[in-house]
Amino acid sequence: MQITVTVNGQPYTRDVEPRLLLVHFLRDHLALTGTHWGCDTSNCGACVVHLDATPVKSCTVLAVMCDGHEVTTVEGLERDGELDAVQKGFAECHGLQCGFCTPGMMLTARWLLDNDPDPDEGRIRETISGQLCRCTGYENIVRAVRWAAGHEAGRAAAGEGAREGTRT
Amino acid sequence: MTQDTSGTTTPMGFGRMHRKEDARFIRGRGTYVDDVRLPGMLHGAILRSPHAHARILSVDASAAEAYPGVRAVITGATLETLNLAWMPTLSADVQAVLATDKVRFQGQEVAFVVAEDPYTARDAVELIDVGYEPLEPVVDARRALDADAPVIRDDLEGRTGNHIFDWEAGDRAQTDAIFERAEVTVAQDMLYPRVHPAPLETCGAVADFDKVTGKLTVWCPTQAPHAHRTLYALVAGLPEHKIRVISPDIGGGFGGKVGIYPGYVCAIVGSIVTGRPVKWMEDRSENLMSTAFARDYHMRGEIAATRDGRILALRVKVVADHGAFNGTAQPTKFPAGFFGVFTGSYDIEAAHCEVTGVYTNKAPGGVAYACSFRITEAVYLVERMIDVLACELDADPAELRMRNLIRPERFPYTSPTGWEYDSGDYPRALRLALDMAGYDKLRAEQAERRRGDGPQLGIGISFFTEAVGAGPRRHMDILGLGMADGAELRVHPTGKAVLRVSCQSQGQGHETTFAQIVAAELGIPPDDVEVVHGDTDQTPFGLGTYGSRSTPVSGAATAIVARKVRERARLVAAAMLEASPQDLEWSVSETGGRWSVQGSAGHGRSIQEIAMAAHSNLELPEGVEGHLDAVTVYNPPNLTYPFGAYVCVVEVDPRTGQVKVRRFVAVDDCGVRINPMIVEGQIHGGLADGVGMALMQLMAFDEDGNHLGASFMDYLLPTALECPSWELGETVTPSPHHPIGAKGVGESATVGSPAAVVNAVLDALRPYGVRHADMPLTPANVWSALRGSPLRTDLAIT
Repeated sequence: MQITVTVNGQPYTRDVEPRLLLVHFLRDHLALTGTHWGCDTSNCGACVVHLDATPVKSCTVLAVMCDGHEVTTVEGLERDGELDAVQKGFAECHGLQCGFCTPGMMLTARWLLDNDPDPDEGRIRETISGQLCRCTGYENIVRAVRWAAGHEAGRAAAGEGAREGTRT
Repeated sequence: MTQDTSGTTTPMGFGRMHRKEDARFIRGRGTYVDDVRLPGMLHGAILRSPHAHARILSVDASAAEAYPGVRAVITGATLETLNLAWMPTLSADVQAVLATDKVRFQGQEVAFVVAEDPYTARDAVELIDVGYEPLEPVVDARRALDADAPVIRDDLEGRTGNHIFDWEAGDRAQTDAIFERAEVTVAQDMLYPRVHPAPLETCGAVADFDKVTGKLTVWCPTQAPHAHRTLYALVAGLPEHKIRVISPDIGGGFGGKVGIYPGYVCAIVGSIVTGRPVKWMEDRSENLMSTAFARDYHMRGEIAATRDGRILALRVKVVADHGAFNGTAQPTKFPAGFFGVFTGSYDIEAAHCEVTGVYTNKAPGGVAYACSFRITEAVYLVERMIDVLACELDADPAELRMRNLIRPERFPYTSPTGWEYDSGDYPRALRLALDMAGYDKLRAEQAERRRGDGPQLGIGISFFTEAVGAGPRRHMDILGLGMADGAELRVHPTGKAVLRVSCQSQGQGHETTFAQIVAAELGIPPDDVEVVHGDTDQTPFGLGTYGSRSTPVSGAATAIVARKVRERARLVAAAMLEASPQDLEWSVSETGGRWSVQGSAGHGRSIQEIAMAAHSNLELPEGVEGHLDAVTVYNPPNLTYPFGAYVCVVEVDPRTGQVKVRRFVAVDDCGVRINPMIVEGQIHGGLADGVGMALMQLMAFDEDGNHLGASFMDYLLPTALECPSWELGETVTPSPHHPIGAKGVGESATVGSPAAVVNAVLDALRPYGVRHADMPLTPANVWSALRGSPLRTDLAIT
């Protein structure tokens, strides 16, 4: 059946089998291979993408369910040549090793910061607890998210300061 | 609580620096094997056995062959006509590529479908009709040698039982004599259960056979690309120079991606048969059921000691479950890996161990999951035994360890089983770990809690010594290939360099670390050094990355090849400066490397200037070839011996059996640290592994040989919630024989941590009379242990 899905801001219309998983749609039909696949059971979270701004495990979503919806993948995190704070944080804090869980982790982290700009360690651990990382022991992923939160807070403060400066 | 791991500058050599590989990974632009797409590529899927042990009566693939979109169906019978139905394992056994006579474990490969897309391939797999006659399986390794046990490997001529090998180390007579007269002896049976490394990326391959050129290109996530190439040549009979193995970005390996799996061979055959590239990717259940497991050591340890806690002798017997094919990936002369270092970090007069390998109806494998060739089993054994002895003597486990640790002045230390430990200061590491943990305060809190019936505090200690970085090659080979590694370094005219190495990263950050080694040796910024690895057409031969070998072997090769280039540069610089090479001195500053006339620092040339001159029309002395490049092969004189002291603090709720890891203090000594940020990351990951194995990762089998941990719903891996914030400390005792004093570290924490977690849980349970329970210490297992009967974690709970 024909579907139109907007991925990273660009609409794609494709004929797909009803059983096609979103992760395979992204990887095999759109060649967006940054989204990984790691289990079949929604346990690992390597395949996390945003569906209308909510993280979903794309191995358990049918592509046809996304018809008319918006999907954001890791390829959509970087905007106008500028890395997202989360991407910077992961590189800054050594929040990745093999890189396989990283796209899913970063998308969940992005969602968290969109909803809670200053999450503490416990909140971060709980939020990423539906995802597995086999390399980092999570320590530096937590630190990366904290770094991103701090980075965005710093930029926001700088921005507010500038506006206040303008007012005075 | 951990140190700041964020690097902010690019050092000219060792130090914290961001990883070069991250730029692609954080953008989702890595290239893992499943990201490889070739024009006309077909997709393969494997039909697997539902039985653990059954005779194959018939295979009917006609319906699958007729299914639209299917391009080929390959069965064991097909492979027999090509003489490819069996392939050699890394332990001189054979393994079925596709079963012909019998299936010998649940999940074994039976047929391979090649189709236009992966969904079609899987549809067609369902259409293959296989007739089986179920046979009695051997599930319990302890029963594999019984006279009435079914013979699993009746394919091997003259085979009448399931015995694979006997191996021993140490002095039996001396050890037995000490036990005869010892004041105190303790014994404990324990299982290091079967686990699976479960890297987040499963295994897979893309094979592309070009009939015109006769060239086979195989992309697969292998930790040992060169060994794979040689083995493909031997298995498939293809000329080795016509085989190119490309190991792209790997989504974690941990030892599970060392060997060759049947699916790889099937993809190759599929490409040869169809004339098109074929991709095969296993799913998670296939990964957990069929690719290399780890551990599965049924051990009995005994310690002889004086009443005041001096350990005199250690005696061990092991039944090693190797599954249906002996496929452990380890040095030929070491069928039990490096288990022979089981005396651990202690100065023990005598020791003896016997290991008996057996076949069972389970998947093959055996050396995987960051075990340093079975040292994790050895460390677990001795560290549990120390705690059992402490229990018997009513001694403090920390004091008992301190009493028996090898003293610093004893290095280089030769163990009773013949291993030469290169360097160490063990008491310093243990003291640091105890101080960081606040050991005395923890004991006080524990005493306080023991007065109530709420959650109990457990404090577990583990002190480990590893032997990593195999060879030397005269002692260590895999299928006759000596364990040495090559490196090739080329400095271009503008002073930028390319380093080619035979090891292969699975996330360890080699592109950064090895560039830093070149930077330290040549004074070329790490960003100016490209590290090429994972492609047999582009890199020198070597045995690859496992057993924490990369830094000890390839890291050494890198330092030495850089020193060769530096010496070449000296000759060129001498010609440039019209000075004698002996009169030049080398220096590396923040601005880079430089050869200068001794005592005249201003009169010199930078490495970049020298590189340009080496490629120019400068007249060079007789015998100096020009250009700046070199190759080397590093054959390690000895293993390196990293060590560490770990303290784990848990809370155990006796009412539910629930265990919570509250703190984990890890003091590691891996010699000189090239990039401390990366080293710490390696340790973090290994500590999480230890928590997972000790508490969660259950891979049991039922009486029919059904695999009960075949998905992440059943085989539980630690998440961020089970892991505490790791508290790291370090001491630095350089390796005296390694060119830069470094030791391996990739597996240290996986080796050292399980014993600390288990010791902590059992420490909490001590007032309840529980002396031992096997991993994983799930709530059900702890709850059962509290009631006097801990679970057998290798078999189904019935």
